Amino acid sequence: MSTVPGNELLTEVEVPNRAGARSGAVGKAIDTAIRSLVPVLLALVAGGVLLVILGHNPFAFYSSVWEHGAQGKAWQESAKRMAPLLLIAVGLIIAFRANIWNLGYNGQFLLSAAIISGLAPSLVNDLPLGLAFLVLFIVAGLVGAIWTIVPALLKAYYDTNEIITTLMMSFIGVGLAQILIKGPFQDPSVNIAQTKVLALSKMLPHIPGTKVHIGVLVALAAAVVVYFAISRTSFGLKIDVLGANPRAARHVGIQVRQLIITSFFFSGLLIGLAAAADILGVWGYIRANWNPSYGDTVIPFVFLARLNPLAVIPFIAFFAVLSTGGTLATQEVGLPTDFLLVLVALILLFMTVIEFLGRRRSLGRSYLPNGLRAALRLPGGGKKDEPAAEPEEKPKEVAR
Amino acid sequence: MIGSGEGGDGGIKPAVAAAVVEVEGITKAFPGVLANDDISFDVRPGEVHSLLGENGAGKSTLMAILSGIQTPDSGQIRVDGAPVRIDSPRKALDIGIGTVYQHSTLIPALTVLENLMLGDSGKLLLDAAAARARLGEFGALLGVEVDPEARAADLALGRQQQVEIIKALWRGSRLLILDEPTSMLTPQAVKELYTVLGRLKADGLATIFITHKLHEAVSLGDRISVLRRGRMVGTLDADAVASTPPDKLEQIVIEMMFGSAAADLADAAELRVGLDEAAEVGGAAAEPTARRAVGEPLLELEGVAAPGEGTDPGVADIDLVLHEGEVVGVAGVDGNGQRALAEAISGQRRLSAGEIRLFGAPVNRLNVLKREKLGLRYLTDDRIGEGIVGSLSISLNMFLKRIGQAPYWRYGSVRKRAIDARAEELCEQFDVRAPGVETRAGTLSGGNMQKVLLARELSFGAKVVVFHKPTYGLDLKTTLGVREMIRQMRDGKAALVISTDLDELLEVSDRIVVLSRGRLVGEAEPGPGAAERIGGMMIGDVSLSLAGAGAEGVE
Repeated sequence: MSTVPGNELLTEVEVPNRAGARSGAVGKAIDTAIRSLVPVLLALVAGGVLLVILGHNPFAFYSSVWEHGAQGKAWQESAKRMAPLLLIAVGLIIAFRANIWNLGYNGQFLLSAAIISGLAPSLVNDLPLGLAFLVLFIVAGLVGAIWTIVPALLKAYYDTNEIITTLMMSFIGVGLAQILIKGPFQDPSVNIAQTKVLALSKMLPHIPGTKVHIGVLVALAAAVVVYFAISRTSFGLKIDVLGANPRAARHVGIQVRQLIITSFFFSGLLIGLAAAADILGVWGYIRANWNPSYGDTVIPFVFLARLNPLAVIPFIAFFAVLSTGGTLATQEVGLPTDFLLVLVALILLFMTVIEFLGRRRSLGRSYLPNGLRAALRLPGGGKKDEPAAEPEEKPKEVAR
Repeated sequence: MIGSGEGGDGGIKPAVAAAVVEVEGITKAFPGVLANDDISFDVRPGEVHSLLGENGAGKSTLMAILSGIQTPDSGQIRVDGAPVRIDSPRKALDIGIGTVYQHSTLIPALTVLENLMLGDSGKLLLDAAAARARLGEFGALLGVEVDPEARAADLALGRQQQVEIIKALWRGSRLLILDEPTSMLTPQAVKELYTVLGRLKADGLATIFITHKLHEAVSLGDRISVLRRGRMVGTLDADAVASTPPDKLEQIVIEMMFGSAAADLADAAELRVGLDEAAEVGGAAAEPTARRAVGEPLLELEGVAAPGEGTDPGVADIDLVLHEGEVVGVAGVDGNGQRALAEAISGQRRLSAGEIRLFGAPVNRLNVLKREKLGLRYLTDDRIGEGIVGSLSISLNMFLKRIGQAPYWRYGSVRKRAIDARAEELCEQFDVRAPGVETRAGTLSGGNMQKVLLARELSFGAKVVVFHKPTYGLDLKTTLGVREMIRQMRDGKAALVISTDLDELLEVSDRIVVLSRGRLVGEAEPGPGAAERIGGMMIGDVSLSLAGAGAEGVE
């Protein structure tokens, strides 16, 4: 037998860079940008092809979207649209980071919207206007938050799947909102089911020099605050630990139940605030059949931004332009406005494709944080890119 | 029934029987690891070929390739001289390669017979009578008696393994691969396994015996091959094995495994301590630690009971005192309540009865974090699943148990520099090898991961530490380092070491208690014959058990 060089056994196997990955921070940033933008671009291209098939000129359509959504004073409409979208996006980010799938945003949003639509007309007259807005925002936030309590408790204490419970609570919330609008909050002076309309002078004030209400600032501030909370505070780290590895969260002494309930609470709170910003800033009343489903359209962008509350802002801005400009542009050429949802769906589709390809090649980081990704993937599939999971070192208790 | 390999006239050494299976130039790479690097060896009928190597040497990968779970990047496998491509486990079985894995693959809810008939699933109708007869034949061949109607879950681990062996041979295998077959067995069951293998050998079966325990490889193998870091270091042929006295042979193999560095490892001798040797040679290596005067009781468990979780059993009636300066081992076969005991102490699991006192004060009502602040630590056995958060950096992982605490968090905001600075010190102190503290912990090797966890648990004022399988899956050097850290706990602290590795417990503990079916059934001090006595208690030999325990079953 041969003699073997001395201390070799004393060194651990070094972990080399992942094969094929671009090295360096710049390369990583480029990868990430590509991965974030490519699905959007591909969706626009595919949407264009669809337009050609339908007999429209895609270039004319997209420039019309831009014209109605961003040019001249049109950007102000888009900015107003951003307020509820951004608040919902940030609310979803808090929950999703903790690996909590709060899909009850429609119920949380509409119930809050109905309640403050009903309360606002009398409150703005009884209280000083500033105070009234403060109270209404707080009420809206609390309603949204309270509507998460049932799913939160069920998940915390019985590990009930929150996807199902939040969806069920969402239906109840939407129905309850309609009952409120048709019942106690019904404006007696009109025949259709809607609440009393706020006077224009009693709506949220505008940012000086524009027609954009200050709800947009609330939304931007919320994004910054949540970003700070997630990246700097112990709350944010605990949420990330819970999201990435719930067993580790329990092991290191995080109060998992408390944290689940808190994450749900803040998620619902921000979605409730979105309702207040939209009702008090834009609409001034609510109809029983109104359901903008903001949350559904926001979800792809939340993942494109990789659950980062600041990175999500440009995506939301993009969608706000697409949605305000697109509404007019589709009417101009005689398309249903649902065409915009087709574009959103295409973005989701291409995200899925890129996510799939990205697993095989190193196409920047996944849209999902590791914990979520592992939870979504086939068992064991996520370990492929971790050299530590070399066959001999797999943990014994894989089967558990 | 079991083929005797008549083929293979392909001009291999004429003197010895032709090889059943030959492996030539097998190479297999995983991201970051060259698991198998140009490996060649063969197995002949009627021999046991021991494949020896440390954790991570590439044994399991080689086995996975032979049993069709992995396909090699390059290289050739020949059966009876003809090249074959084994691209699925089914193909391996068709060729006649049966594998017994380290952990049971039997379906617990099915009977022995049903489990065996799963291998016949290609047929539309199951022939129970024929299967029963076949089981009888195998029973006679192996010299064991297995009740065909017993549920797999009710069998002892040793018996389960015998069923696994029968299952591997069920379709007429010519090569049997055993992957670390003794790791879950009591010493008595290991002896039975030896007998079974001897009978199979006499019947002409070729066997590959994969192990990292030296004495097993030497006492069982006709030939011994040594793998080191993915490469085949060499093969000792039958003549060499037969003509060399066992202790000389072990010396040679140690040199093959570790190179000349083995001589520098003062503790290398401990490698050789097997259960049998410990009993026969009588503590030549496992020097019994002189009974020391111990201090105040630090951790006391009185009548502690905790519920199980899933298939993981609970514990009941646990009385245990851990004194200052003492290392107490908890022996037992895996799955006898180890996890429930550890989690009950750490605060992760609620007690259903009894009391736990830390420094004399009851801590039943304190949560994990409060107990940890008092100096009670728990080093988990499941380092990937529970210990670390792979997506977070090394430094954050070291601080997961003190999130939000000063001076690392101030005014609600994290002080990253303070954390990184301390983490760098800890990496130095615990010899964590990584590009930097920013490295994601999930990319570390098992040994470095364990060091990160040790840094987290043993620093910041640890007083009482529960070590759960502290060296499982680690390389030799880290293993020795961890054991040294455990010994150092005697210096004014206390340690409870829960391990399924009896050798390890004999080496580090002042005394050893035995956990069986959720109860403490006995206690022994390391020394001559301790392994035998503890092994007896592990499988429920009641001669030494505590009175009253086992009056009613757990759960």
